[in-house]
Amino acid sequence: MRTAARKPLFYAAIVLLVLFTTLPVLYAVITIFKRESELYRFGSNPFLYETSPTLDHLIYLFTDTAFPTFAMNSLIIGLLVVAITVALAVPAAYALARLTGHWGERSGMAIFLVYLIPPTLLFIPLFRIVVALGLANTIWSLVLVLPTITIPFCTWLLLGFFRSVPPQLDEAALLDGCTRLQAFWKVVLPQALPGIGACIVFAFSLSLSNYIYAVTFVSESAARNISAGVPTELIRGDVYFWPSLMAATTVVAIPLGIAYGLLFDYLVRGFQSAGAGGE
Amino acid sequence: MAILTTRALKKHYGRIIAVDGVDMETRDGELLAVLGPSGSGKTTLMRMVAGLEEPSAGELFIDGRSIVGVPPRSRNIAMVFQNYALYPNMTVRDNILFPLRARKMPPDEQRRQLDWVAGILEITDLLDRRPTRLSGGQSQRVALARAMVRTPDLFLFDEPLSSLDAQIRSQARGELRELHDRTGITTLYVTHDQTEALGLADRIMVMEKGTVHQIGTPQQLYYDPADTFVAGFIGDPPMNLLPLDGRIIGVRPEHFHLAAEAPNDEIALALDIEVEHLEFLGAEWLIYGVVRRGVTEQRRPPRVIGRLRQAAMPTLATGETHHFVVTRRDACVFDPETGQRLSQAKVAVA
Amino acid sequence: MTTGREDSERPDGALARLALALERPRVLGALLLAPAVLYVVAFVAVPFFIAIALSVSDATVGKPQIDTFVGLDNFLAVLDQSGFRLALRNSLLITTLTVLILLVLATTAVELLARDFRGKRLVQVLFMIPWAMPVSLSAITWLWVLDSQYSPIDWVLVQIGLLGPGGTFGPSWNLFYLGREGLAIASIVLVDVWRTLPLATIIVLAGRLSIPRERLEQAQLDGAGFFRILFRIIIPALAPVLTVAILFTALLVIGEMSTIALLTRGGPGHSTQILPLWAYLKGINSGDLGQGAAIALFLFPVLLAAAIVALRFAYRAGKD
Repeated sequence: MRTAARKPLFYAAIVLLVLFTTLPVLYAVITIFKRESELYRFGSNPFLYETSPTLDHLIYLFTDTAFPTFAMNSLIIGLLVVAITVALAVPAAYALARLTGHWGERSGMAIFLVYLIPPTLLFIPLFRIVVALGLANTIWSLVLVLPTITIPFCTWLLLGFFRSVPPQLDEAALLDGCTRLQAFWKVVLPQALPGIGACIVFAFSLSLSNYIYAVTFVSESAARNISAGVPTELIRGDVYFWPSLMAATTVVAIPLGIAYGLLFDYLVRGFQSAGAGGE
Repeated sequence: MAILTTRALKKHYGRIIAVDGVDMETRDGELLAVLGPSGSGKTTLMRMVAGLEEPSAGELFIDGRSIVGVPPRSRNIAMVFQNYALYPNMTVRDNILFPLRARKMPPDEQRRQLDWVAGILEITDLLDRRPTRLSGGQSQRVALARAMVRTPDLFLFDEPLSSLDAQIRSQARGELRELHDRTGITTLYVTHDQTEALGLADRIMVMEKGTVHQIGTPQQLYYDPADTFVAGFIGDPPMNLLPLDGRIIGVRPEHFHLAAEAPNDEIALALDIEVEHLEFLGAEWLIYGVVRRGVTEQRRPPRVIGRLRQAAMPTLATGETHHFVVTRRDACVFDPETGQRLSQAKVAVA
Repeated sequence: MTTGREDSERPDGALARLALALERPRVLGALLLAPAVLYVVAFVAVPFFIAIALSVSDATVGKPQIDTFVGLDNFLAVLDQSGFRLALRNSLLITTLTVLILLVLATTAVELLARDFRGKRLVQVLFMIPWAMPVSLSAITWLWVLDSQYSPIDWVLVQIGLLGPGGTFGPSWNLFYLGREGLAIASIVLVDVWRTLPLATIIVLAGRLSIPRERLEQAQLDGAGFFRILFRIIIPALAPVLTVAILFTALLVIGEMSTIALLTRGGPGHSTQILPLWAYLKGINSGDLGQGAAIALFLFPVLLAAAIVALRFAYRAGKD
């Protein structure tokens, strides 16, 4: 169908697209290994190494800053948020997809109304709740609050996956001697595993990404996560530790990017069945 | 083996009435086809029997015991779904064993049942495959095996042949019947395809708009339709319904006789029919025509379809008008108001 | 009921009755739904109403009790601030520009990614990086790229003679992307587009792949060219999905303050001030909780109305 002449054009467009999304990150990677003397030499080529590259800034990030603590905090927060999200969103999505009948059908869209409420509106009252619960300045404040962002989204995403499992499968299991919960567990859930995988990645990255709650609820360095810790710790007033900042950025971005990229098709499928196409 | 009884069974979804008061009873071990156009309530009826829908009103009994409110898993009813609903995450073996495991049957007994059912359905080679790697016919056998393996009281089939290719459908129909004769389990077979119902069932229940129009053997339905709906639904082409003197006369296509060749019998209808078009079907011809005289005058003359059971070219030609008669013995008389049958039954009640 | 059924259910009494209740879709459904709903109510709905109460009270950081009802005073006071008016304008301007550019880029990216080609996995990974990064980290990356002295973009412009003494853009060696009003807004739009393009693309791609292949093939057989197919078949079919994508990305952009907080801090002056950041500055830094809440709440009715209209449209169009 496509002529040979159009192929180079197509690949050129792909390359342009990828350059747009990756150039800043590529530049960040180059920066990590630059010596300060070269980095701040006016007029030097920012894309090449005129003096030999160095690992100093990367080592500095891991040995002389609180970055490892931030990373560990982010990891713990992320895993717990994922656990809470999956535990609550999976049953909720199944209920909406199968059990609540009429008004479950329209819920997909309604879930999104939650995101109309900006975090800038919520963080003041939430901060009070966090203080009242004695969780201020601990990672637990974020573990408690971040699922409010991930649960609606993951419920909606899973809703689409559950809807794409033929209801006859549950019904066959019911007739074959299962309770509704057994039918869900043994027959429906295995079909929706890709959706749950997508949810895990989403919940994890959303928990990592949130800035405003992380900045307001936690002011002690030891309890900060990457999102709030890196900008505050590695920027001292006017002094920016650029190579180390870039190292912190890419260390986080690359694994997450790979996870997202590998789940790309599942994400598309999730949106497809979740009613972006209008269900 | 069991007898299924329904009493004034109703189901409505909001204002939409799906099943509107069904009273019926199966015979022990029979294959009862539930036949009706889409939206007739036949699937809803079956889903209520399975326990997948709760009746809005009425009662359901198996062998005289009420099953309303009993969850599907405790009813010992097996169902074969239209799309077979094989569990895609399990092998064929695990699919078949699933109902046995759910009932916590001892493993050696499970194996015995599996061997038995796999042997009958000739699927022993397929046991380690995934359902996604089965053909339509194979999927159907596996679905049957999963339904049969626990020897249920009642079988429910939801259009199990409709997703098969036309070529293997009649073969599958024969196999289903053979299987039923072998197990003797009472079976409810939902279909919208009358060929399937007529060819397969001991008795047929015709439904439309949530109500039962007639229950009877295929012969009764064909020769003695209870009302104009059944008359116009059963048979391909269906019964011709012609108005005459405030009644409706039903005539099967094969019951038109050329006046010259008419049997020496009491005549119910005498018609002048203009032949419009002839259709060759191999062993028979269909004659499409317009009634020019012999029925109550209408704004548009009624069209009829006749059947000629011969392979040779008929002597009739398009555009000609011929005189046809129908004997009283072949004609069915209906009340035009209610659609109910007025004339005597022709087939002895079984 | 008849005895047979009760016989089979009686042995476990209350437990069996519970098990039976769990088979009822309504009961089980409510039970499975409850934890998620309660969670969202407790940590979204409750704070939301507290925030509304704050916005009509005179609460401050020093006196956080919501005890004095001041009506719409906070909203009126806020409207008088020049910073607020700039923030409102910028929020709307930045969001609109971002969404418009996104629509074009996402539709283009979708046409590329809807095809199969070698190395697609790698392209997908690289394409998703902007969205996978935490917002604050991507802001920092861009802060470095747009640095006032060492921006690599400036370096390139100097190399090709557009910048520096004798250059088209003036004698300076730098453009100061974040230091001039127009350029700063453009830079922020660029960062927002960069950050949300992957998400917008995924949403639109989902809709694009739902278009039946036959429809496209039919159009090809009918002799339609690439652009005719794009504008006559693909884009109309995508309308509901594009609506959802617009809504999604607009909400994401209009509610996010960390990009601007890290890139320009609203400056120079208040020229890149946006509503969420202004709310934060008023509510936390100046300690006026009531005004902060009023600012954050300001766009809510508009967004709600827009979202309902958009979702209804997408829902209806999707049903056809």
